[in-house]
Amino acid sequence: MAVDTMTPVQAKARAIVPAKRESQFGLMWRRFRQHRLALVSLWVVAAFYLVAVLAEFLAPTDPSAYSARYTYAPPQGIQLIATEPDGSWSFQLHVNGYKTEIDPVALRRTFVIDPEERIPVQFFVPSKPYLLAGFIPMSVKLMGVTEPRAPFYVLGADRLGRDLLSRLIHGTRISLSIGLAGVTLSLFFGIIIGGFAGFYGGWFDTAVMRVVEFIRSMPTIPLWLGLAAAMPKDWSALQTYFAITLILSLIGWTELARVVRGRFLSLRTEDFVTAAQLDGASDWRIITRHMVPSFMSHIIAAATLAIPGMILAETALSFLGLGLQAPIVSWGTLLQDAQNIRTLATAPWLLTPGICVVVIILSMNFFGDGLRDAADPHGR
Amino acid sequence: MSTLLTVENLSKTYVLGGGWFGPARELAALTDINLTVEAGETLAIVGESGCGKTTLGRCIIQAQKVSKGTVTYHPKAGGDVELTSLNKRQIKPWRQDIRMIFQDPMSSLNPNMRVFDIVAEPLRIHKICKGRELEERVISTLEKVGIPAEAVGRYPHAFSGGQRQRIGIARALVLDPKLVIADEAVSALDVSIQAQVLNLLEDLKAEFGLTYIFISHDLGVVNYIADRVVVMYLGHVVENAPTEMLFERPRHPYTELLLEALPIADPLRRKGRKTEVRGEIPYLGNRPVGCPFHTRCKYAQDRCRTEKPALRPINGTAQEAACHFAETLDLKGAYEDAPAKEFA
Repeated sequence: MAVDTMTPVQAKARAIVPAKRESQFGLMWRRFRQHRLALVSLWVVAAFYLVAVLAEFLAPTDPSAYSARYTYAPPQGIQLIATEPDGSWSFQLHVNGYKTEIDPVALRRTFVIDPEERIPVQFFVPSKPYLLAGFIPMSVKLMGVTEPRAPFYVLGADRLGRDLLSRLIHGTRISLSIGLAGVTLSLFFGIIIGGFAGFYGGWFDTAVMRVVEFIRSMPTIPLWLGLAAAMPKDWSALQTYFAITLILSLIGWTELARVVRGRFLSLRTEDFVTAAQLDGASDWRIITRHMVPSFMSHIIAAATLAIPGMILAETALSFLGLGLQAPIVSWGTLLQDAQNIRTLATAPWLLTPGICVVVIILSMNFFGDGLRDAADPHGR
Repeated sequence: MSTLLTVENLSKTYVLGGGWFGPARELAALTDINLTVEAGETLAIVGESGCGKTTLGRCIIQAQKVSKGTVTYHPKAGGDVELTSLNKRQIKPWRQDIRMIFQDPMSSLNPNMRVFDIVAEPLRIHKICKGRELEERVISTLEKVGIPAEAVGRYPHAFSGGQRQRIGIARALVLDPKLVIADEAVSALDVSIQAQVLNLLEDLKAEFGLTYIFISHDLGVVNYIADRVVVMYLGHVVENAPTEMLFERPRHPYTELLLEALPIADPLRRKGRKTEVRGEIPYLGNRPVGCPFHTRCKYAQDRCRTEKPALRPINGTAQEAACHFAETLDLKGAYEDAPAKEFA
């Protein structure tokens, strides 16, 4: 044996924390990274949630600031290069102003981009003070125009001359957070109810599963419509928001409860769980220390796959006018403005929220699929 | 030798079906089991798959509720503890004394816990020690079973089957138990590893003064390790005898059948031997009347089909069998095959 200056215990204690050890999450991440599409989707999802968090900072204007002069103003498009009449050019970030023309046939006022008028656009422009994410006082916006009355409609304006980009950014916050809140609530009920059913089994399990089947056999849209219609009209925006979340998770918990129950059932008979029982561990310790860690990754994947459904459901409800109501900006309420053909013909940019919905739903699904594959060591 | 554990009239009945529709059926996995475990011995429980040996082990350790009967533990300090009448909280202190080693080393270790935490878990649950003392105790136990201290930070998937079984043994021994129930502890291992683990179990038994209940279907292993053998058939104990007596002269036809099926490595000695195994093990829910073994027994008489034999000592020896004709039948032991010398 080599001469060792440490006591044997110290040497052993040092060995307890080896240089490299790979947890299940480490393995999962390694498998996840091989899934290109899922990895890209992860970044897309992350970007969307970043937008949701930083909404006030990113939105150029107040989402409810209206302007009668610029109703249905088309998207401006940000220009990089300013060309002078004499042919010389320089870099200057700017947008062009609008000219109004009267359509001689329809006698309708239309906006035309005026290349002559340049409105400089700057980063980090000072603004009215606001609270970022509701608690960080700030008075600067990422991007904006310095001239106070100048129009700045990167994605165009709506019926009341409100900036669609700003509204979209604020709508992202509502729509994405309702998905998260709904899934969190569903997960809470799902884990508790499904966990009880799976761990203790017996009549409770039977009863819960029958209830789950009953709820899942109901057509969801009429159910949501009925519940949403039952909401009092005089509720505040916040109350409506939470009520909608609750309604959505009323269905959502069933799927997660099933997943959790199935996991508990299969783990309950595993020898290492029996071993923990024979160690004298309490039920709580067995559940939290021995069972939940072995299927946490599956739960995360299942939850991720449940978020897009929530977002879609909220959008659908709001689109039908039964979800969130007007002063609240969500993708659903934004799409409500794009309900008739005439507005679509004159202002197709109002469909942009729809593109956002498609992108986030696809990304979430790819991300969730990747997570699920990575969480399942026996897959492929 | 003092008695460490007594099992009296233990029965275990499973209720099948009995949902909302259809009647419930009962399935008797164990019927009226009586046995004692002496301190310091290795008691083997053998039998075919489905004979109830694992269920018996689980009932003894209270991993399953018994339907009838008692399991009584006699601690050294005195005072009998009827394990079957205790609730979860009351039984917890006795879980330190009676421990279990599992069959499948792949599923008996939590894949999300490091080896150190797996072995430390019982100490933490029973709040026996912590900090430096806990580390020392875990590591010294692991070293005793042959897991080096450097490896304790790894997860179970980094170990081979034999090493995992050693970890499982360390988990059982870290609480300094008195009785260890090894449920098919070496069945899932390669033969060479089996021998290593069996030797390890022998060494540990001597070092810690352990008592083993060794559940196995492998008579070769049982012959090697056990002091006494309990043979089970269809949820009944059919024979209970010191290992040598049982292998020398079985007193129950079922034991003879099991011994006949023992593989013999020498092809010359194997010659001419014909193992006669008749019939299938009957379905537990449809158990034969009379002696449970009569459907497969080549010595069966009319009496066997109607009257159930009780387990009784044979000729006043330590050998017990549940057969009406135990004294008169001339049953072959494991060593009675034709001597090989005439072919030499």
